Amino acid sequence: MQKLDYLKESPSQTAGPYVHIGLTPNKLGIPGIYPTDLGESPIREGAKGEQITIVGTVQDGAGMILRDALIESWQADAEGIYPGNDPRGAADPNVTGWARIIADFDSGEWTLSTIKPGRVPFPDGRMMAPHIALWVVARGVNLGLQTRIYFEDEDNESCPVLQRIEHRPRVNTLIAKKTADGTYRFDIVLQGENETVFFDI
Amino acid sequence: MKNDIDRGPLFFRDRDWHPAAYTPGYKTSMTRAPFRPLVALGSTLSEETGPAFGHTMIGALDNNLILNFTGQPAIGERIIMHGRVLDENGRGIPNVLVEIWQANAGGRYRHKKDNYAAPLDPNFGGCGRTISGPDGSYEFLTVRPGAYPWPNHVNNWRPMHIHISVFGSGFGQRLITQMYFEGDPLIAKCPIVKTIGQEKAIQALVAPLDMNRAIPMDCLAYKFDIVLRGRRQSFFENRKEGL
Ligand SMILES: [Fe+3]
Repeated sequence: MQKLDYLKESPSQTAGPYVHIGLTPNKLGIPGIYPTDLGESPIREGAKGEQITIVGTVQDGAGMILRDALIESWQADAEGIYPGNDPRGAADPNVTGWARIIADFDSGEWTLSTIKPGRVPFPDGRMMAPHIALWVVARGVNLGLQTRIYFEDEDNESCPVLQRIEHRPRVNTLIAKKTADGTYRFDIVLQGENETVFFDI
Repeated sequence: MKNDIDRGPLFFRDRDWHPAAYTPGYKTSMTRAPFRPLVALGSTLSEETGPAFGHTMIGALDNNLILNFTGQPAIGERIIMHGRVLDENGRGIPNVLVEIWQANAGGRYRHKKDNYAAPLDPNFGGCGRTISGPDGSYEFLTVRPGAYPWPNHVNNWRPMHIHISVFGSGFGQRLITQMYFEGDPLIAKCPIVKTIGQEKAIQALVAPLDMNRAIPMDCLAYKFDIVLRGRRQSFFENRKEGL
């Protein structure tokens, strides 16, 4: 028999307690190596769409709020086109789509200010509800966790991804709650009763 | 810049190859591991697309950790860390951002929470970054990080290691890992290394000494290839509903 010669993905290791040295040195208090930290904002001045702010925390199974979590977000523009390598064409030039967000070192709260993304097609052509993809790493997390932020005030019923969640009450863990005009709350729970849905995707 | 490397559905992750989320040997994972099964799904555009980074954002010394903090050389054993960013199909991935961070030669991080007795090096910051070349190649100049103790069980020491963060062409390829050094006896004793269940997978994170790339009278070299999830290439992809 011939040998399948695929390589294996490099195994993941935890980001550890000092991830900020590598990924946000300026925010940690190590200035001067890079002019700015990367991923300060997923949008630039003039980005089209509804301006929104999402605030949240990352909580562990003991109910403690993580001070050392780092989150990255990735989203489409207001028309549902991804910046960069979307095969369907070019996105709003003022949307970079990507942000690197850290929990506040004291309160553990994180904030993402962006525009609400448009709907993006699932591989079979049906539309996914507007969402922002998240990747969560921290000390104690062995492999980055993939989840999504959906929005309370959008039609989420027909989203083919949300439909795949068999235990229906858990869908609620992916839905940001509106707290004021343009403001949402999205708390991530790593473990326990209200554990956020994480994807293998 | 668009080519078949950055299109197509992602290979599924081999979750037996990666560490499990819940690994009691590494205590912190016990309260941070999801208990419920992950919701499994093929990749969508949200994972197949991803942020792009340009070579122009990289400063001349960004990949030189010996000089990039103060301009004066950091203390320690000088090493080149180099390799390629590949996907599981074996193709080099160009234009991807590789970021690293590490302890100094004494095993101390420039971080207020690190109170290990080893001193800070005033000329060592501890981070670097670069963007892979057309064939996926990357290189850093740094000092070999020291081993250090950490609170887990009473006498746990991390082997010498460099933390690595890498992007692919799709957000679903996003990966953080660590590079270890050939011959380090602490590798086999480390609870974080042992979160990985298979010995072959652990060995995939151990960089061999590379005397071909070492510079005589200057520095040693270690070669470390980073492999990201591959992509399927097929005309039978993405059928419309009903076909
Ligand atoms: Fe470390």
